[in-house]
Amino acid sequence: MIQPSIKSRPVYPGLKADRFAKSNIVILDTDGSDAFLDMARSVAGDFLHKTTVLLVKGPSNGRDAAERLNALNPGNLWFFPTLETMIARLDGVLSISRMGTRIYVAGSEPLIGSVIKTALHHGVVHDSIIAEHRGSLRRRVQCVHCKGCTENVTTNPVRCAHCGLTLLVRDHYSRRLGAFQGVCIDAEVPGEIPEAKVEFS
Amino acid sequence: MTTTTSRRVRVDALERVANNIKRFEFVPIDGQPLPFFSPGSHVIVTMREGDRIWRNPYSLMGSPYDTDRYQISVLRVEDSRGGSSFMHESVEAGAMLEISEPVNLFPVVRTGHKHILIAGGIGITPFMAMVAQFKRDNTAFELHYAVRSADEGAYLDRLRAADIPGIHIYRSDREQRIPLATIIENQRLGTHLYVCGPQRMIDWTLQTAREEGWPDENVHYEHFNAPPPGKSFLVKLAKSGREIRVGEHQSILEALEQAGVDAPYLCRGGACGQCVTAIVDAHGKILHNDHYLTDEEKCRGERIATCVSRMDGGLLTLDL
Repeated sequence: MIQPSIKSRPVYPGLKADRFAKSNIVILDTDGSDAFLDMARSVAGDFLHKTTVLLVKGPSNGRDAAERLNALNPGNLWFFPTLETMIARLDGVLSISRMGTRIYVAGSEPLIGSVIKTALHHGVVHDSIIAEHRGSLRRRVQCVHCKGCTENVTTNPVRCAHCGLTLLVRDHYSRRLGAFQGVCIDAEVPGEIPEAKVEFS
Repeated sequence: MTTTTSRRVRVDALERVANNIKRFEFVPIDGQPLPFFSPGSHVIVTMREGDRIWRNPYSLMGSPYDTDRYQISVLRVEDSRGGSSFMHESVEAGAMLEISEPVNLFPVVRTGHKHILIAGGIGITPFMAMVAQFKRDNTAFELHYAVRSADEGAYLDRLRAADIPGIHIYRSDREQRIPLATIIENQRLGTHLYVCGPQRMIDWTLQTAREEGWPDENVHYEHFNAPPPGKSFLVKLAKSGREIRVGEHQSILEALEQAGVDAPYLCRGGACGQCVTAIVDAHGKILHNDHYLTDEEKCRGERIATCVSRMDGGLLTLDL
């Protein structure tokens, strides 16, 4: 489990069912679907009926995850090829959701961060979103210099996909952006760049 | 180590607004404007009569943008320890009092998209300031205010005159009850619920919200406990070795202050945790009356909120 290094670095306590919610929205990627399948074993009978599952199948096509989720027979089960297409649908779902809806998210940090960022626009309190990290530690990184975000960062330092600066990836996190902050690593001595290591595999 | 500074104010006006409820207006005496405050804030009012000192928290109920004066409402409590009786009987226009800087333990969550306020009796006071703010900002809200009767409900005319569709008044002498489950069952996402009133109303609201599937993060309450009376007991200060007797109608904090000990406090109502002090030793039963410590912490008996909690007789040694 992810440990808090600095206060800004989010931690995710893990999925735990809220039995009182009147409806549930569950957002998963293929790794995160295992977390939900674990939780689903211990929920009451009608929990899954009032649950809408949004699965980002991703490049691996996620057939196995999709089949296992389908076997749970949730109220709604929707598949998306990318994070962006899922977020567009989630935004629409939240705009007509009522209080009594509980949001769950499990998977990579960019997935969790994107869901929380979207929910914040709808006035949801971020702490009320039940989240669990599963799978890759890859990060979304915002370059603090050009403000562009680089997706799926696994190495530190990393080259900014927008301005090309080499960035030290910090644990300093922006909930508004769902991204970690990247700071130019060779500002003092241009060109003095340590070798990139895979830190967020 | 008190964290608030006090300033002297003059009672500029006062009026009876309901049975046993008076409204007071305080103005600064040094010509300096009072600080802006956020709705939900309270001040600690210090009252002195001879050797006796009372310090009670009262919610600010005026507009947060009025820095010329602060307004509070005081309910005269039946088995009052003296503070509210003093305010009702001894304080006239022109009287001088001390107030703390405003402190907010009951703030509006500004990222919310709508706010539902549930008030019972004198619990209306923090919401008066919130309503003023919501009207100014054009924020979506509802106020549901339960009173025993027209005579006992404060500000009913003022609220009715405001002519806001979201304001609802319920009179229990007419068998009117707040239909809470109906109110909260179909609210938009991002709605927050606030309750201020008697303990049983707070408990009922929290329970109903939970059963309707509301996250705890969206439900907020404020309840200032007056320190309940009880048996007299001794408090020993571990560091100085001093022994101080806490009277039947005194809190530990008040006894410490009377003895000249500058003990920490903020809300004086068992809500904020500022006064929580480590217990070195306790002979006798600890009676926890605060809302700050968890049930588990209360069982462990390692810390005590000196503003409202006490001993059922005996001796308490504090790490002071």
